[in-house]
Amino acid sequence: MNQNRRVLLKGSLAAGAVGAAIGAGLLAPKTVLAAWAKEAFEAKEVDAALKGAMGSADATASDKIKLKAPDIAENGAVVPITVTSEIDGTTNISLLVKENNTPLTSSYELGDTTEPYISTRVKMGKTSDVIAVVKADGKLYSTAKEVKVTIGGCGG
Amino acid sequence: MAKSIKLRAKEKDGLATVKALISHAMETGLRKDKKTGKPIPAEFIQEVICESAGKTVLTCQWGSAISKNPFISFKFSGAKSGDSIKISWVDNKGNSDSLESAIK
Repeated sequence: MNQNRRVLLKGSLAAGAVGAAIGAGLLAPKTVLAAWAKEAFEAKEVDAALKGAMGSADATASDKIKLKAPDIAENGAVVPITVTSEIDGTTNISLLVKENNTPLTSSYELGDTTEPYISTRVKMGKTSDVIAVVKADGKLYSTAKEVKVTIGGCGG
Repeated sequence: MAKSIKLRAKEKDGLATVKALISHAMETGLRKDKKTGKPIPAEFIQEVICESAGKTVLTCQWGSAISKNPFISFKFSGAKSGDSIKISWVDNKGNSDSLESAIK
């Protein structure tokens, strides 16, 4: 009985090691994309997404971030969003759509000389707040704007 | 496959405005094929890196919620006309492309 138990333990330990090795092997190609915050992009809640993308979910509302988005988006598949930050020392910008399945749409890391200005187009499933979060000097600031969507851009 | 990127960069008073358009399906993985009912696998750009004159000016991390045929515009200072500007992207399937151009 005891002998069997030992064998079983050894066996499972060995399997564990192999599993770890496979895990490491699978992860290896991903290191190229190490910067891509998988958990943040797969997070279903705004807070969790922010934590993954910006390191914290503790954002102060600020009117120094200008978020330009349409009041009504006819087509949720293409919603133009422009963010301009007037906060000194802006290093990162993240764009979230609160009601999307996964709120985090994109995250930007600015170079030393890059102006805190980003313009892009995002998909929106339904009417939702669009949130722009800016990181400056390690602190987070955010601003939000509601965009009404007539036709959803996710699924279909 | 360098055809997937359209890039325009203009310099004025040291400030460069870069506009780029990438043709990419940006599938979320949530859509279903209308004929077969099978889900269309996710295929979206995860990372876009913009470099100018050997320096990284912008690193973008994108999720599947970026629109089809993504558009990105940004500005950076300290640019000179004729400086190189390079944009490269990688998607979740490992496909990638890059395009190098000069600032006008």
